[in-house]
Amino acid sequence: MAKRIKVLVAKPGLDGHDRGARVVARALRDAGMEVIYTGIRQTPEQIVATAIQEDVDAVGLSCLSGAHNNLFPKVVALLKEKGAEDILVFGGGIIPDGDIAGLKKAGIKEIFRPGSSTDETIKFLTDHVNQ
Amino acid sequence: MTCDEHKQAFQQRQQQWQELVDKACARFPERRENFATTSGIEMKRLFTPEDVAQVDYTEDIGFPGMYPFTRGVQPTMYRARFWTMRQYAGFGSAEETNKRYKYLLENGQTGLSVAFDLPTQIGYDSDHELAEGEVGKVGVAIDTLADMETLFDGISLDKVSTSMTINAPAAVLLAMYVAVAEKQGVAPEQLRGTIQNDVLKEYFARGTYIFPPSPSMKIITDIFAFCKDNLPSWNTISISGYHIREAGSTAVQEVAFTLADGLAYVDAAVKSGLDVDVFAKRLSFFFNVHNSFLEEVAKFRAARRLWARLMKERFGAKKPASMMLRFHTQTAGCSLTAQQPDNNVIRVTIQALAAVLGGTNSLHTNSRDEALCLPTEDSVRIALRTQQIIAYESGVADSVDPLAGSYLVESLTSQIEEQALAYIKKIDDLGGVVKAIEAGYIQNEIGDSAYAYQKAVEAQEQVIVGVNKFTIEETPPENLLTIKAEMELKQRQKLAQVKEQRDKEAVSKALSELKQVAEDGGNLMVPILAAVKQYASLGEVCGVLRQVFGEYQEQ
Repeated sequence: MAKRIKVLVAKPGLDGHDRGARVVARALRDAGMEVIYTGIRQTPEQIVATAIQEDVDAVGLSCLSGAHNNLFPKVVALLKEKGAEDILVFGGGIIPDGDIAGLKKAGIKEIFRPGSSTDETIKFLTDHVNQ
Repeated sequence: MTCDEHKQAFQQRQQQWQELVDKACARFPERRENFATTSGIEMKRLFTPEDVAQVDYTEDIGFPGMYPFTRGVQPTMYRARFWTMRQYAGFGSAEETNKRYKYLLENGQTGLSVAFDLPTQIGYDSDHELAEGEVGKVGVAIDTLADMETLFDGISLDKVSTSMTINAPAAVLLAMYVAVAEKQGVAPEQLRGTIQNDVLKEYFARGTYIFPPSPSMKIITDIFAFCKDNLPSWNTISISGYHIREAGSTAVQEVAFTLADGLAYVDAAVKSGLDVDVFAKRLSFFFNVHNSFLEEVAKFRAARRLWARLMKERFGAKKPASMMLRFHTQTAGCSLTAQQPDNNVIRVTIQALAAVLGGTNSLHTNSRDEALCLPTEDSVRIALRTQQIIAYESGVADSVDPLAGSYLVESLTSQIEEQALAYIKKIDDLGGVVKAIEAGYIQNEIGDSAYAYQKAVEAQEQVIVGVNKFTIEETPPENLLTIKAEMELKQRQKLAQVKEQRDKEAVSKALSELKQVAEDGGNLMVPILAAVKQYASLGEVCGVLRQVFGEYQEQ
């Protein structure tokens, strides 16, 4: 049997809109995953420290303020710096189509746009973790 | 016919109709087994006089401009003057935002509404490390009085009313506004506008808190007291349900948690020695409006009636103005879809119409592209035109509260009032709003509703046109408004320049005086005003207050 997937759902930056992050966290939990939610206003450094300490399989980043291009790649870079590049990073929020290619190039594995279903996120994680 | 004969005839017809219903349902089953509003209130097949038998017209509905204000806060409502058309705007630098304001005013907007960026809302200057990537993104960046001067350049502050969405640092931005007015030769008593200044909902729905609840409430009551003496036409707080709803609450929860916050502010102000009939008339409210049209109309009517009753019964308010719930409305950001964004124009129209039929005092209509980015000029103009078409073409503003007396609307109004009051009593039992937040009660209630909604959408019980039904292949939209990365750099340079040119000694003197007053428990508005006039930055002023009051940590 595959091990239980462990996910950190995180809110980097100053954005306080966490309805989406909370809903995703709960849906992943209902799908049998172990989920930690950081709460709002986390620095990339704090998120990476928690991810490593909790030994998670994946980190889900949520940002609706438009600061995703600064914050998401920073999380990936810091994970790499700490030798934790095996942790999968994905994200969501108000992210224009035009930014997605750049974010993926920076190492964010998938971006879920407004209107995505939680099933898509669940499927993405089951497909990409435990391979 | 006698009364009894009437009743008999009614029952006879009702029975005949029920037989027709049974036959119809056998041939054409209804679309759903149960119909309900977003708050879970049953949407009956048919509402009749039986559903409003308990409603007393004089006591419960009454006349507009009179207690309990169910039909509106003014005696003639929109027959004299339409609601204020106030589009929330702000992005990038003060220069860019100033241009947008002038554009909106030229297009017939009747009030300004300032959106600040997140560093400003959380009391950080643009050069703070946590501001990186956030400067100018969700609103305009304001560091010092110099930015505020630019923001209102060429706009006479005695001519416009200005709403500022600012909470934890509201005292600082209000002080800057007063200082800009003074430079324009406009006295504080001439200023009209609103600061949001509603910190409680930040702890459970919006997230831009700075200080713990107790000093936050102290700053709020300081503002009440200062405005009572100096800015008599200023709305000192905008008690906000908007963000509670965006966070996922139902309509009933929106009313309940907003009014519960309102009660906490009134309570704090009364305890600080203010007379309810002096400050309560400057309280204002801010609600969301969703697609669930009839429930939304009823929601506004219920909120007005419940607030009036609470103010009278709990605080012994005597003046009608102390019991009036005056409110701004914004259409629902969370109802906008990134898919087929032009459909949002229709959603916004339905929502705006509900707000007007609910008697809103001012209105912001969202732009179609806001699920994608900041709104472009074209989108903002369509949003404003939506309000103008409702006002000038639809005729709904020509008679006061036109949906009153609808069996459905009156029944929903009563049920929303009743259910919201039950929540407020539950919060009372928990020891008030602050205790309810600390216990996670409000957050959990909202979280449950948000999750249930998402589940309903994913199960297609709740249809969202263009998202889970009637979808098409789309190419990514073009011409989106973006904030360039250079903007952040320029803003930091401007701040550095202001810091270089100001009277450094006067700034440090003003900041140490502020610290002293904060420690002694005096009214903070006076030293804050003195500090911003010396071009002390927002981050510096909030920094002093952070040292004295500490910072709130999310539970």
